[in-house]
Amino acid sequence: MRIFVCIKQVPDTETRIKLKSDSQGIETNGVKWVINPYDEFAIEEAIRFKEQNSDVRVTAVTLGPKARVNNALLTAMAMGADDSILINTDANLDSLTTAKALAEVIKKEGDYSLVYAGKLAIDGNVSAVPLMLAEILDIPHASVVGSTEYSNDAVTAEREVEGGTKEKFKLKLPAMITANKGLNKPRFASLPGIMKAKKKPIVEFSLDDCGINEGQTKVKFTNFELPSERAACKMIEGESDAQVEELVKLLQEEAKVL
Amino acid sequence: MKKALVFLETHENKVKKSSLEGLSVLFGKGFEVVSCAFGQGSDQLDELNQWGVKKHYFNTDEQSQKYNPEQYKMAIQSVIEKENPELIIASSNNLGRDIFPRLAAKNDFAYMSDVTEMELGENVEVKRPLYAGKCTAQVTFTDDSAKIILLRPNQIRLAEANDSSQTENIKLDWPTPSANSETVSIEQGESEKLDLTEAEVIVSGGRGLKEAENFKLLHDLAEPMNATVGASRAVVDLGWVPHSLQVGQTGKTVAPNLYFAVGISGAIQHIAGMSGSKTIVAINKDEKAPIFQRATYGIVGDLFDVVPKLTDKIKSIK
Ligand SMILES: Cc1cc2nc3c(=O)[nH]c(=O)nc-3n(C[C@H](O)[C@H](O)[C@H](O)COP(=O)(O)OP(=O)(O)OC[C@H]3O[C@@H](n4cnc5c(N)ncnc54)[C@H](O)[C@@H]3O)c2cc1C
Ligand SMILES: Nc1ncnc2c1ncn2[C@@H]1O[C@H](COP(=O)(O)O)[C@@H](O)[C@H]1O
Repeated sequence: MRIFVCIKQVPDTETRIKLKSDSQGIETNGVKWVINPYDEFAIEEAIRFKEQNSDVRVTAVTLGPKARVNNALLTAMAMGADDSILINTDANLDSLTTAKALAEVIKKEGDYSLVYAGKLAIDGNVSAVPLMLAEILDIPHASVVGSTEYSNDAVTAEREVEGGTKEKFKLKLPAMITANKGLNKPRFASLPGIMKAKKKPIVEFSLDDCGINEGQTKVKFTNFELPSERAACKMIEGESDAQVEELVKLLQEEAKVL
Repeated sequence: MKKALVFLETHENKVKKSSLEGLSVLFGKGFEVVSCAFGQGSDQLDELNQWGVKKHYFNTDEQSQKYNPEQYKMAIQSVIEKENPELIIASSNNLGRDIFPRLAAKNDFAYMSDVTEMELGENVEVKRPLYAGKCTAQVTFTDDSAKIILLRPNQIRLAEANDSSQTENIKLDWPTPSANSETVSIEQGESEKLDLTEAEVIVSGGRGLKEAENFKLLHDLAEPMNATVGASRAVVDLGWVPHSLQVGQTGKTVAPNLYFAVGISGAIQHIAGMSGSKTIVAINKDEKAPIFQRATYGIVGDLFDVVPKLTDKIKSIK
């Protein structure tokens, strides 16, 4: 049984965003790159599935520049993925073009049962690639999944949406699952795992191999801006009774939000 | 005339505010506006003519009342095929994000979620945050494909709907469900409160609350303001509150009018998710806490002393 996990490398959440001098992107010098946090849940879910079923092969897939994203694949394989596919490109693709490229390499590989992804990548926060990929592959999906149950030819997935509403869907395999926090507790890569990962295969494709070029991108981010500086915080002095009086007055009269 | 389709969410026979925001973007901009809504009451939306909606597609069959992503996708797809809109607008929430990426892929349309500013002039001018709010960018469309835009709730100012045209209500045939995706159950949440992403006032708590039970203090403060309670990741990880309350880069990005950060230090990941708030109040006993660099008003003090007093004061004016 074949399983794919889509992973994206993103700037660490500690990153202070600086803009390039032409404001057409962010300065990536000095950025620490990590696996998108939601993708760690996706990887963990795939590895657990492998551990609980026989004859499962887990393949991590990523699209990005090799020199940088290779590390993400190594981490996924150190956690337990069997091998990896890399679409090596430094092109800036939109969600749909990324999904088209991922779909191409997955289709090349033949039959599969599950594709896992994160619910969203914390860089662009678009939350679109996995469902676009599912549409192109013509498989059902469940998104923002917090728990799963597997049977022979199906997966039942539950998600929580606004207002605490819980939705449960049963999908026939092959299916796409996008992971929310809480789906599981991702393991750390062990030292032996890290050693083993170095020997696991990474198959490389170019955008060309996928029949994709950067020109197919329909959406681009331009004219980046940092949030405007806030006026300095007004510190409210005094005893707590006086502080509360003053705060409520400011909220009513100055900020006009009460 | 250019045509736009708005996917409406409803509540008790009324269009939700977040969907009215989509109608507002289009109002008076020279578009022929078509809408669709499904489920109970989707045929009862009397106000649509004031928004200049020319045609409204609905379905109230039993199947449309039980959300299924595949069936909703197919239903909207049939409206797209009938109307050929060049612009499609929906809300950027768990529903919109569950349906529209697939429709973009199916039709080869441009797609953008989480849009916070949108102007329709000669071009479609769109802005949105990136890195959970650490910066914003303009969204540039590089070809003339139709566009699917998901608007983040609470960001677009409502237009004054004063059109008096006729809306033609059209019942849509519900698509035949496939065997691939079946809705097992939908358990309505108990929460009467608005979701964090829609709330106008948020009261968030962090590790400074010392233990889970003390979140009661925040619920009490939230009550008179009809606010929604949020949290830092630290207290989510401690299991005091569910992940659905987490604000930040790996939680929800929020932008209410008023945000209270109570016993929250103000780590970069937390700030990322709430820095779009219009007014921020920080209550923290440590005057050096980074949250004060982001706050509008700051109180250095013991939250166990300040918060109950604040609750009483706010109750007295409400
Ligand atoms: C990958 C990653 C992702 C993350 N994502 C998020 C995220 O999405 N959201 C998020 O919030 N965090 C996130 N974090 C965690 C973040 O780095 C901080 O650890 C977290 O926000 C701290 O939570 P806190 O402010 O509640 O706790 P603390 O930092 O411990 O702060 C508690 C504060 O309470 C104050 N306090 C204590 N007692 C009192 C009292 N009696 N009265 C008043 N004040 C008091 C203290 O002075 C202190 O400032 C992430 C971290 C990582 C590594
Ligand atoms: N370049 C990429 N390579 C592999 N997977 C990706 C890539 N971009 C996005 N994904 C997957 O899609 C998820 C959601 O990303 P996004 O749609 O960009 O928010 C991520 O968590 C990944 O699982």
